[in-house]
Amino acid sequence: MTWITGAQNTWCPGCGNFAVQHALKDVFAGLVADEDQRPEEFVLVSGIGCHAKIADYLAVNSFYAIHGRTLPVAAGIKLADPSLTVVACAGDGDAYAEGLGHLVFAAKRNTDITAVVHDNRVYGLTTGQYTPTSYTGFKGRSTPAGVKERPFNPVELALASGATFVARVYTRRLDHLREVLRRAVLHRGFSFVEVLQVCATYNNLTAAYNNQVYELEGHDTTDLTAALERAREWDYSDGAPIALGVFYEIEREREAWPPMGRLPDHRRREVIREVLEGRR
Amino acid sequence: MDEIAVLIGGRAGEGINIAGSVVMRLIAGCGLRAAMYYDYPSLIKGGHNFAVVRGAAAQPYCHREGIDLVLALDQETVRRHQGRIRAGGRIIYDTGRVREIEGTGLPLDEIVKEEVAPAVTRNMVLIGAFCKACAIPWETVEAVLRRAVPKAVEANLRVAGRGYEAAERVMTLPAQATAGQVLPTLSGNEAVALGLVDAGLEGYIAYPMTPSSGILHFLAAGQEAFGTSVVHPENEIGVMLMALGAAYAGRRVAVGTSGGGFCLMTEGFSLAGMAELPVLVVLAQRPGPSTGVPTYSGQGDLLFALSAGQGEFPRPVAAPATLEEAWYWAGALLDLSWRFQTPAVLLTDKNLGEGMYTFHGAPRRPPLPPVRWDGDGGYRRYAPGPDGVSPLADPGTAGAVVKVNSYAHDEAGITVEDPETVAHMAEKRKEKEQAMAKVLRGYPAVMTAGDPAAGTVLLCWGSTAGVCTEAAGDLGLSVVRPVVLSPFPTEQFGAALAGAGRIIAVEENLDGQLARLVRAEGHRVDAMVGKYDGRPFFLEDLERRLKEVGI
Repeated sequence: MTWITGAQNTWCPGCGNFAVQHALKDVFAGLVADEDQRPEEFVLVSGIGCHAKIADYLAVNSFYAIHGRTLPVAAGIKLADPSLTVVACAGDGDAYAEGLGHLVFAAKRNTDITAVVHDNRVYGLTTGQYTPTSYTGFKGRSTPAGVKERPFNPVELALASGATFVARVYTRRLDHLREVLRRAVLHRGFSFVEVLQVCATYNNLTAAYNNQVYELEGHDTTDLTAALERAREWDYSDGAPIALGVFYEIEREREAWPPMGRLPDHRRREVIREVLEGRR
Repeated sequence: MDEIAVLIGGRAGEGINIAGSVVMRLIAGCGLRAAMYYDYPSLIKGGHNFAVVRGAAAQPYCHREGIDLVLALDQETVRRHQGRIRAGGRIIYDTGRVREIEGTGLPLDEIVKEEVAPAVTRNMVLIGAFCKACAIPWETVEAVLRRAVPKAVEANLRVAGRGYEAAERVMTLPAQATAGQVLPTLSGNEAVALGLVDAGLEGYIAYPMTPSSGILHFLAAGQEAFGTSVVHPENEIGVMLMALGAAYAGRRVAVGTSGGGFCLMTEGFSLAGMAELPVLVVLAQRPGPSTGVPTYSGQGDLLFALSAGQGEFPRPVAAPATLEEAWYWAGALLDLSWRFQTPAVLLTDKNLGEGMYTFHGAPRRPPLPPVRWDGDGGYRRYAPGPDGVSPLADPGTAGAVVKVNSYAHDEAGITVEDPETVAHMAEKRKEKEQAMAKVLRGYPAVMTAGDPAAGTVLLCWGSTAGVCTEAAGDLGLSVVRPVVLSPFPTEQFGAALAGAGRIIAVEENLDGQLARLVRAEGHRVDAMVGKYDGRPFFLEDLERRLKEVGI
């Protein structure tokens, strides 16, 4: 079984997307090896931007969608066929700018999908503009004088929106990334994974991240208040410690909408006839 | 008397729509064919709502200015509609809210109070009186009310009975077409919904927007019985993208909206064109631009539907005129969308969608199954197939990696930008459009009515067909109407227009959007009669306007 297509990879050297691609591939392969899943059950949805090329590179079912719209596509797929394992990869522009409303609602609905946000805090493919998570003062091509706004804190946002699995990972901690992604995919309900990764060309924060990150230990993942507290330690602008790991994980009602389907032809005709009879 | 027209009016919140539909069913229950127009402003309580029901031996599809019975719950109803009463007609009114006038006055509040019935049953007194006025036997009244009234049937019956006792006979109903054969009554939205279910709909996804919401409500209420899923997401963008996800995963889905919602959906609509994903959009028109006149009707979105979304891709678009066509084309467009893997638009409007009619049964559709992958060889989502249609496999299928893509892509679904593949895939989409046009020759894509030998042709589309057909009958004209607007049914339309003299477009818009389309197809249109105030043409109204342009 090959997990990689023949498509030529065009990510820049040093791009964080490589780590996500390999971690996801390993997660899928691992689930095939020890969870009895078939490779055909995986569906990858991506948005638009550098991250989205992952749909071309991974040899699994994929829906290479449009900017900001990964989550409704993923929700539609899961609703249509609950037997599929649906992972939506999105960029920070996708998930937090163009598609913010969809993120909040996906969390609210608790549909059983996994959202992986490749957050490099810059628009790469459109050549270096600020994003919703760029730090205050960030100088991008559309903000030469520096960003005046404060960044979103996506972990806090996901928790506030009702996501039932919320985690943050960093691409330079590959084993941890792999382990958390696997937990996220196995979680029943809406999983949100904020992936800190650098943009090697426009926003290389490697040194800062290496200094600031630490992995959560002894944290109660069922305690929403504790999760919010940890999430607020770092505001995406300052030099505070950056917690990595699973902030929150609970079980909650998932099937927000009835399953899709139709009655057999003869039964359908009968039901329609009954409706018409009632209208005489 | 060969027809009857009954108007019931009152304030919003007084159950005028339900009362109208009950009058509609009473008239249909006597074996007549009927049509109801419902007029209401965009507010919840107050204002002026009215419903007009026209019944006759032959199916009516439009309304006249004249009314035989006015059932007035308030003074405003009398003020607005008194002048429309035809000779021999009568006002039946609430003495509590209407100043004493000639007619039949009934104290609605007192009756409701005496019968210990909810206030909203006031309209039932008038309905009971109407039944007596037209000499509808009480047994029929009781039987229809038991089926038609959603809540508190006994109280409604008691109240209606009081109206029935108190009123006097004024007229008789027109003679029935076929003795005793009672047809079901449906709204256009319900006909669309049932047509979709009949054609195997598995999911309906929509954000509420008048005048399409009736489809959402009907399907949501019936989803258990129909075994389908009805989903109301965060907005129309979510609606469209969710639908595309579901279609990718192999489900037959439709979405419904009006113009403003379709604006938001065009992004996903274009994605469907590139990714070659099927989805049916029910676009129920109301006057625009923007919020426009939300609870009224128009035909201003034809050119929008034909060109929505960036880039070029095929899209079947059909505009039904009747319940039967709404039912038929809802199913036919689902079939076409799934066969050719491209989005489709069913263009309706408020007058059709929220209007009610007696239903005669939809014709059977020709079979048009999707093209499925046979499991041989490695699966490529955009592999060459018959007529440019690539065989479908759903994600989850053993041995298939199903990749769809919003970018230009190769046969496997991988992003490409090389000029040959980009051009080849554009041609593949065009090939599907041409094949679709060929298939549509076997469908009733162009309808005609009136006198085929008449020199003057009324050219129309969608729900204006009814009034055009009646006017053509009165004035000795013919009617030509493309039901399919994309891909344009060139041959059928040319044949229908063969030998035409003067061609007059009748549309509920200002620009003559069909006229523009038809001219682009190389035909002549000599005059245009437009109506763009949100209200349907009355028959008299259209006939006057036609005379103004020299009929």
